[in-house]
Amino acid sequence: MSLSAKGLSTDEIFQVELTVNGERREGAVEARKTLADFLREDLALTGTHLGCEHGVCGACTVLVDGEPARSCLMLAVQARGSAVLTIEGLAQKGELSSLQQSMWDNHSFQCGFCTPGFLMQITALLEQSPNPTEGEVREALSGNICRCTGYQSIVKGVMAAIASSNPKDVS
Amino acid sequence: MKPPAFAYRAPESLQEALSLLADHGDEAKVLAGGQSLIPLLSLRLARPTVLVDLARIPGMASISESDGWLVMGSMVREGHAERAPLVGRLAPLLSAALPFIGHPAIRSRGTVGGSLAHADPAAELPAVALATDAQLVATSAARGKRTLPAADFFRGFFETALETDEILTEIRLPPLSEGTGVCFQEVARRHGDFAMVGLAASVRLANGTIADAHLALTGVAPQPIRASEAELALIGASPTKAVFEEAGQLATRGLTPPSDLHGSSGYRTVVAQVLVRRALRVAALKAGADYEELDSGRGDLR
Ligand SMILES: Cc1cc2nc3c(=O)[nH]c(=O)nc-3n(C[C@H](O)[C@H](O)[C@H](O)COP(=O)(O)OP(=O)(O)OC[C@H]3O[C@@H](n4cnc5c(N)ncnc54)[C@H](O)[C@@H]3O)c2cc1C
Ligand code: FES
Ligand code: FES
Repeated sequence: MSLSAKGLSTDEIFQVELTVNGERREGAVEARKTLADFLREDLALTGTHLGCEHGVCGACTVLVDGEPARSCLMLAVQARGSAVLTIEGLAQKGELSSLQQSMWDNHSFQCGFCTPGFLMQITALLEQSPNPTEGEVREALSGNICRCTGYQSIVKGVMAAIASSNPKDVS
Repeated sequence: MKPPAFAYRAPESLQEALSLLADHGDEAKVLAGGQSLIPLLSLRLARPTVLVDLARIPGMASISESDGWLVMGSMVREGHAERAPLVGRLAPLLSAALPFIGHPAIRSRGTVGGSLAHADPAAELPAVALATDAQLVATSAARGKRTLPAADFFRGFFETALETDEILTEIRLPPLSEGTGVCFQEVARRHGDFAMVGLAASVRLANGTIADAHLALTGVAPQPIRASEAELALIGASPTKAVFEEAGQLATRGLTPPSDLHGSSGYRTVVAQVLVRRALRVAALKAGADYEELDSGRGDLR
């Protein structure tokens, strides 16, 4: 059956309403627009980076309803009604989150391209388990690629943030 | 790297989704978690005209127990299944395999049904479905429901028994018999990569001998395969190193695994043999086999 006979069209425009970093946002998109492109182009939130655009680098990771998701592997229309948290939502009133501060202090980035993805992935991990082991941190980060640091400083920054928020466990 | 244009619907009932598929045949594709389909769109390896998003249909992501069976809607997210205590209790082999899939951000969106329907030759869940004798329920507008044993579901390279107007709606895993131990193992280049070779194994012991064994390999053929010859040879045998070693040989007899830049066919064959040996050992120990008896004899089986 032809598309138009069923009221379908490949250039239909969809209204997207969602919450981004606690604010109601909306836009009008083609179905094929990814959440990443919607955030960057329609909402001007360019902190979410696009490396590979097919799910393998993790640079575009955001939280959707509290869970980490590749925003290049999600359509904006799929996110209708969701609560999305991006890198722009981590700092509160201009103050870095303790994880951000700790990664800053430990030189956890060089060019910074991968950093938003790493921060969102670790934010998700710490929400699910606030006191992970280094092994669990490495496992959680295994889906994020960094071309600069060699990862050691990233793990160090994350472990330092965990130690400072779980003071009893510092030995 | 942008998807081509397509029409999109996110129906709120299964009926509506099925009728969209019935109307558009192979022009339409189901969108589940999108973790395989959206990369294919972006790389322009798939060009469906209509995407039918299942995420807004109520009830398709439920996990429940029925007469000891684990019953899951096909839209259960991989990460949700991984953390669900009911899955751990009723289907430990599934729980063991889930963490091997990609990364947390993939599993939070990817679905159990999507992984089975996609039928990647190196995916973990098809091997689990095969090893556990899972039943897969396919639903269409024209013919209603039909239940397929996993053994009939996987037909080849990215190919299943699903017709273009069908949706995989439910996955049912049978209860484990008393005295069964399970183990999932795989070897991949990096954590989170698709397996070069993976193995889902279960062993049931009765009075110290092997009463039943299930072995399903992934990554060694266009579709997951049961190592039936090895399984048969194991029945009635004692769980020992030599027996498991022999099972490894039998499991790869007649197989020609694919060669690629990650590993040659010969390498994959050896890896499959080692995984069979290792997984059988772990599964037998979990089923209550005697540590010393099992580890006596030559060779390092760890
Ligand atoms: C970086 C990365 C790493 C990955 N690593 C692994 C890995 O190690 N192991 C692994 O197994 N997978 C891996 N995956 C794939 C992941 O598991 C996918 O989630 C899964 O293969 C497909 O599930 P989905 O719900 O995302 O399906 P989708 O991508 O939405 O759909 C996949 C295909 O199945 C069809 N389909 C989906 N659901 C149904 C249904 N209910 N009925 C009929 N047809 C349906 C779709 O039409 C489509 O053709 C990885 C993906 C990425 C991006
Ligand atoms: S840009 Fe999304 S994973 Fe690389
Ligand atoms: S800091 Fe440059 S890619 Fe990670």
